[in-house]
Amino acid sequence: MTRAEVKQAVLDALVSVVPEASPAQIDPAAPLREQLDIDSMDFINFVVALDDALGVDVPESEYGRLRTLDDCVDYLTPRLGGADGEALTHV
Amino acid sequence: MGEFRMPSLGADMVAGTLTEWYKHPGDPVHRGDIIAAVDTDKGSIDVEIFEDGVLEQVVVSQGQKVPVGTLLAVIRAAGEPAAAAPPPAASPTPAAPSEAAPPAAAVPAPAAPPSKSRIRVSPLARRRAAELGVDLASIRGSGAEGTILREDVEAVTAPPSGDDRNVRMRRAIAAAMTRSKREIPHFYLTSTIDFGPASAWLAQWNAERKPAERLLPVVVLLKATALALLEFPELNARWENERIELAGEIHIGVATSLRNGGLVVPTLHHVNKKPLPALMLELRDIVQRARAGKLRSSDLADGTIMVTSLGERSAELVLGVIYPPQTAIVGFGSVVERPWVTGGVVMPRPVVTASLAADHRASDGHRGAAFLATIDRLLQSPEAL
Repeated sequence: MTRAEVKQAVLDALVSVVPEASPAQIDPAAPLREQLDIDSMDFINFVVALDDALGVDVPESEYGRLRTLDDCVDYLTPRLGGADGEALTHV
Repeated sequence: MGEFRMPSLGADMVAGTLTEWYKHPGDPVHRGDIIAAVDTDKGSIDVEIFEDGVLEQVVVSQGQKVPVGTLLAVIRAAGEPAAAAPPPAASPTPAAPSEAAPPAAAVPAPAAPPSKSRIRVSPLARRRAAELGVDLASIRGSGAEGTILREDVEAVTAPPSGDDRNVRMRRAIAAAMTRSKREIPHFYLTSTIDFGPASAWLAQWNAERKPAERLLPVVVLLKATALALLEFPELNARWENERIELAGEIHIGVATSLRNGGLVVPTLHHVNKKPLPALMLELRDIVQRARAGKLRSSDLADGTIMVTSLGERSAELVLGVIYPPQTAIVGFGSVVERPWVTGGVVMPRPVVTASLAADHRASDGHRGAAFLATIDRLLQSPEAL
């Protein structure tokens, strides 16, 4: 998947958890928890939605790497075969 | 004939607006079906039915605001013959409560709306009702001698705006919390608990499972609370009519903040009897639906005690306000690393501060302290929860 496709999938997952979120207004560099007012229950639903949509199982120990929208795209793209210069470390 | 009434979705709810019928006269209905939507101070709630049959007659029309306990529809049981003649459509009259299934004692019996022959209506209200297609017989007038005014007509049709809902939610919270602080002699106890065993067990559990099967600390805390309540039934009870009424079952209301402000308290039923994975699934579902405004009537019914957890926002201690007529609320702060002394050795441990606010009419400090100690003991063996 390309970065753009991954970004769209992440936004879809976020909107499934926070229906009132406006994707166009999400600052890609700002922490998701603060700007969308999500808590750990929302976050686990987000991670489940990512797993369902993309088949990527993000270990709990790596939740911290999904802090912002950009973080999510950076983390997920190489795991989905995208060219992002990051080694495929988790399948 | 069965009766489908405006449900009570919390002790502080006095009325609701029927905003939509999903079923219509003649439609078969089954236990668990969502057959109507009701707008309350807590948001729009889908209301389920708890019997099988056929929707025989709709008594309350869409847009009408009625008190809790008002007959909304008549349900014909499976196999029961249809009514010989339908009642006149122009003047729906609430049916008398069934002797076999009376509404809750606290529910006021709704007064029958006035018949059309003696309705007092202002000319403006009559014209507005015609414009909006509102049946004047379904409206209770707020003017002199029950005269229906234009505002009464518009009030039953106007959908609540987001701002209105926030205002109404704050009013509902204010009413319940003010009543609590006015009537309930609270006492408060806190206990800092070593959460190390639970944290380690959760980390191991989650590392071995897919995201959908992972657990959050709150579900462990809820289960420990429920099991502890088995030994302290006076904290899982109602104080009404100057006496305590033990609840029997353990249904925990989970205080859930909404993103646009306010909170709702959906209920997890039979918490003591369910394994942690099942509780986690239910909690994920109910919190997500609460925040999406998609709760059902059964999600808000039957709470016997409330648990509030504010650890998400770094609060280490929460001293709650009891939701009347319940007799206790349990709070949990955030799990934080703190110096902890074990066997004379200081070491960093994850700890959580549990609190109990309890009604002193129903229980005492000694029992409350023992309750918190029981939660502590249970959390030291998370694998047994």
